[in-house]
Amino acid sequence: MKTITAAAILRETLAAELTADPTVMLMGEDIGVYGGAFGITRGLLDRFGPQRVIETPISENGVVGMAIGAAISGCRPIVEIMFADFVTLAMDPLVNQAAKLRYILGRQASCPLVVRLVAGGGRGYGPTHSQGFAAWFVHTPGLKVVAPSSIADHADLLHAAVQDPNPVVFLEHKRLYGWREPVPADRPVVGLETARTVNRGHDLTILAWSWMAVEAAIAAERLAADGITAEVIDVRCLQPLDMATINESVQQTGRVLIVDEAPRSAGIAAEIGCRVFEASHEYLEAPIRRLTAPDIPVPASPPMEQLTLPDATTIAHAAMGLMETLQ
Amino acid sequence: MSQSISAKKLRAAYQRMLLIREFELRVERLFLAGKITGTAHLCIGQEATAVGAVMALRKSDALTSTHRGHGHFLARGGNPDRIMAELYGKRSGYSGGRGGSQFMADYRIGYLGANGITGGSLSVATGVALAARLQNRSRVTLCFFGDGASNQGVFHECLNMAALWKLPVVFLCENNGYAMSMPVARSIAGGSIARRAQAYGIAGEETDGNDLEAVWRAVTNARRRAAKGDGPTLIECHTYRYCGHSRGDPCVYRAPQEKVAWRKRDPIQRMRRILLTRGVLISGEHQRLMQETRRRVQQAVAHAEADAWPKASSLTKGVFA
Repeated sequence: MKTITAAAILRETLAAELTADPTVMLMGEDIGVYGGAFGITRGLLDRFGPQRVIETPISENGVVGMAIGAAISGCRPIVEIMFADFVTLAMDPLVNQAAKLRYILGRQASCPLVVRLVAGGGRGYGPTHSQGFAAWFVHTPGLKVVAPSSIADHADLLHAAVQDPNPVVFLEHKRLYGWREPVPADRPVVGLETARTVNRGHDLTILAWSWMAVEAAIAAERLAADGITAEVIDVRCLQPLDMATINESVQQTGRVLIVDEAPRSAGIAAEIGCRVFEASHEYLEAPIRRLTAPDIPVPASPPMEQLTLPDATTIAHAAMGLMETLQ
Repeated sequence: MSQSISAKKLRAAYQRMLLIREFELRVERLFLAGKITGTAHLCIGQEATAVGAVMALRKSDALTSTHRGHGHFLARGGNPDRIMAELYGKRSGYSGGRGGSQFMADYRIGYLGANGITGGSLSVATGVALAARLQNRSRVTLCFFGDGASNQGVFHECLNMAALWKLPVVFLCENNGYAMSMPVARSIAGGSIARRAQAYGIAGEETDGNDLEAVWRAVTNARRRAAKGDGPTLIECHTYRYCGHSRGDPCVYRAPQEKVAWRKRDPIQRMRRILLTRGVLISGEHQRLMQETRRRVQQAVAHAEADAWPKASSLTKGVFA
């Protein structure tokens, strides 16, 4: 079993997709000689040439729109958005074009597009380089939204996203790029629309995704030392949601904590919490608890950023609080 | 190079212009009668640009349209029955009633669709051209857009990239003088959209958008350059919409004399005079063609009236492939 970072496995996966399918192409800023701002596409221009690895000017709106035009013409474009924050400039093609093609135009239109967003805070990049916007995309019918946490999932879900005939927003957390995990060579095939149970537990369910699932797993270890067993579920696909796996867990544990590093209002944690309540309220032994960022921009100052984002310590604390709650 | 359109093609083009005019006039009346709801942007007065440009394309080519797209679709051979049904929101409409006036397409004939977002199709068309390049296809993409769209950032992004990579795309601006109520004089710095081509080092050309043959020549030349690998062309066609921007537009922003002046340059009357002079059309034939056209449009209305509403059970189906 090899130990590998998310950055390296993403690079391997992109290379594998480019090799396996001549219609796959990459588009993005500085993805050529520079190798992408985070090095994800390093070496790919040399291996696959400028027809497959297309370095673009700084024109997110135009580039994502062009990727849609290529996708409806039989290509499978994968666009890198250097920082998820910049996808605001490409909201029109994503929301008004890509997301609607299939529902409106029917079977004649297929838009197999992957937009990779470099998302998330915790690196001191400040208010306009630390966001993810997953909730916006979840709120747009016609887009699939994926946010992997495990290193293996970075490969498996990216592969599934490229194979998917729909536009997929693929959120990569920049804190995971250097994160290392052992990855077995032969693994079962993973579908896009499934949650992943990280570890079993019977006292409460912690739902998280992307970097927050890593923090949740660390929190679960600490809780175990205090005699609390938390079942951590990596939600990983945010649209559509695998509510079956989530509700099954909540109905076993009776308590649920939902962790999201995005701002609180109208967030994904709110959506999941509401759906859990609708399906599992009679099993709940405590109120549903959310742990999110407050409704503020992400500050650049390290201690202020740390206060903003949930982490293993605040997750464990919230879990303890939830265990003390009696219905 | 002297180029001309065969008599047969000119005649067909004239008929297509008549069809567009009659279709749009009928849609306007259907709106007033409450038969069609929502909104629609009519292209009455702009028929020569639509037909002249589209007839310069080959079957394997593609085109994208705008919010004012019925004429482009009809010019490319869209079925009037299904376009009308879409405006009614009926089941046999091109989008099954889901898209309405601004969101219908027929990929089989290379018509990649109207677009409800001003400038929204510029990037899609450029991407279709990029794909054609990567796939070594001979396909050229024609991108219609309006004077308003030329002020969107994406216009500049796409002209820049299409020029950098010499993509096989023809950018055709239908400058009808107004972006909704905003006149070109107050919105286009430098006074010319075509001249913006110079900044990107590509060919730019202004032409009389009410002269079918002039439009056809401009697009034919641009298409040839694109297909040869010489890159994109920006064509600005000067034309005029007689009607308001959309349903409910009182047209308070323009003087009545302006419309009268443009009526004298009416693309269909001009075409008729030319065809009569050249003997392509014989005197009195116009009446017969008009009758045929009215019958065709009436058939489309009858079809849409008789068509069923979409099934309620289909409402949430087909969001994903």
